[in-house]
Amino acid sequence: MSVAQIAGGTTPAVARRAAKRDWLVLTALVVFGLVVIIAIIGPWIAPYDPDQLYAGPINGASSLVHPFGTDDLGRDILSRVLVGAGASVFAPIVVVVLSTLLGVAVAVTGAWFGGWVSGGIARIIDVIFAIPGLVIAVLAVAVFGKGLAAPIVALSIAYIPIVARLSQTAASRELGKPYMAALRVQGVSSLAICFRHLVPALIPIVAAQMAIGFGYAMLDLAAISFLGLGQQPPAPDWGSMIANGQAGILAGAPEQSVFPAIFVVVTVLAVGALGGRVTVWAEEKER
Amino acid sequence: MRTLLGRLGGLVLTLFLASIVIFSAVLLTGDPISALAGGAKPTPELIAQIRADFHLDDPVWTRYWLWLTNALHGDFGRSFVYKTDVVTLVAPRFAVTFQLVLLTVVFILIFGVGSGILAATRGRAVDRTVSMLTSLGMALPTFVVAILLIWIFAKSLGWFPVYGEGDGFWGRLWHLILPAISLAVLFVAYISRITRASLVAQLHSEHVDTARVRGIPRERIFRVHVFRNASPQILAISGTTIAGLFAASAIAEVAFGIGGIGSLLVEAAARADLPVVQIVSLLLVTIFVVLNAVADLVSALIDPTSVAGGSRA
Repeated sequence: MSVAQIAGGTTPAVARRAAKRDWLVLTALVVFGLVVIIAIIGPWIAPYDPDQLYAGPINGASSLVHPFGTDDLGRDILSRVLVGAGASVFAPIVVVVLSTLLGVAVAVTGAWFGGWVSGGIARIIDVIFAIPGLVIAVLAVAVFGKGLAAPIVALSIAYIPIVARLSQTAASRELGKPYMAALRVQGVSSLAICFRHLVPALIPIVAAQMAIGFGYAMLDLAAISFLGLGQQPPAPDWGSMIANGQAGILAGAPEQSVFPAIFVVVTVLAVGALGGRVTVWAEEKER
Repeated sequence: MRTLLGRLGGLVLTLFLASIVIFSAVLLTGDPISALAGGAKPTPELIAQIRADFHLDDPVWTRYWLWLTNALHGDFGRSFVYKTDVVTLVAPRFAVTFQLVLLTVVFILIFGVGSGILAATRGRAVDRTVSMLTSLGMALPTFVVAILLIWIFAKSLGWFPVYGEGDGFWGRLWHLILPAISLAVLFVAYISRITRASLVAQLHSEHVDTARVRGIPRERIFRVHVFRNASPQILAISGTTIAGLFAASAIAEVAFGIGGIGSLLVEAAARADLPVVQIVSLLLVTIFVVLNAVADLVSALIDPTSVAGGSRA
């Protein structure tokens, strides 16, 4: 597991406390909702063209015309943050959806067949687990070239073990319940049991993992863009903007790094709180 | 003992399979000739030489075997970009990364375990404060902490250097403090929570109540009955955390312009310098797997009942 994957995790105790404070969850929901809306309509509400050079002064400070300042090429930071939200938010969503689909498919296959199939899958998962997510992503960039596509696919694979182990445990437990045996005795087909009964039963726990996984994916992808291997210039995303602003910090204009960083941190905090709430919901369902 | 041998076998098998994955990375790129020729239109003689040098005409398994046996003998090939021996490129940089990770581990253990102990033992107010700080810390990735530190402590206050790894013991230490903090924050928060949770679980257990009723001094209860029982879990998770630090170090190295293996890996990936990418990846995976196994072993030695648990990276 890579660094960032730890960030979204919450302990059950913390999650339970979060459940009591529903205002916190509500705030988190509103914040995340706003971020998603910005990600969708960003290009239309941006006051400037995000790539327009010298829209303002070089390394400009926050002002009424440029609330978040301007960067080393005089581009408007607010516009770049708004437009960059698209890549910053949707790339992690793709990672979470892909890794969840693959992970659940692997887990259900393993739990259903058991025996050597399950053993073989466990071995493959061990190997993926042995390579830190960041290393898989960097390998993918070395082979397929810079840009977000390779890291997205690489992280989707890197996250399979987490989803698969979690849902294989849950799937095995579900399969051991009496109603599963009853369904089989009634002659319900294997596929029908899988898709009508087994997969739906996994939804709460998988949903909790998806919320937490989004935080991990966002931080990992932002880190890859920060390293210069993800989103390529001039297209903005928050990670690459933070890296690009480093020169601005030394020139006395920290705004260009700090504002995109605030967006990353606030989004991850909001998703972390939501993940905690969904985990509690999944635990309640399980009881 | 049998579980130990089984673990060792599993470790070697995992590493072997991972090395195949990393090797096949080169096969996936197809023909590395354009990368090797360095952009210039290669002459037929150059192509022939590259094909011979890199055994491109041999079957896949022969090439893998050659790569692996050479690697085990310390010959990891030559960099496409630097045109030098990969080992001479990696060795000095590994030392820098190792020192950075070491300093980070010191911070993580002092502040992570320390604040976890405070949160578990010094009453509600301290617990609340630590919990709030760790919630924030878990949302602060290395690259964000790095730019904040550069802004505040390197640029505005001018206390620390912005760039490079420094010379001599004190120079190196001075240069590595901010990068180590940036790398540590997330994990300090994480280890603090783990420490607090395992201590609280022990504090509420029956054997601690019994010890209290028997009149054993608080200090001694904490040392012998609480901390000792909680430490395998704390150690196991710290071990997997430290294992991950070697890869995560890349972010701090790039942010602070430190010449370690992480920044080398990133640079090599950006320039498709595959021999370097292969060796650094293999090195990182080996460290990751071995440290995870060591963490398992250490916690098994302290608490034999934890063996069944295994490691979660």
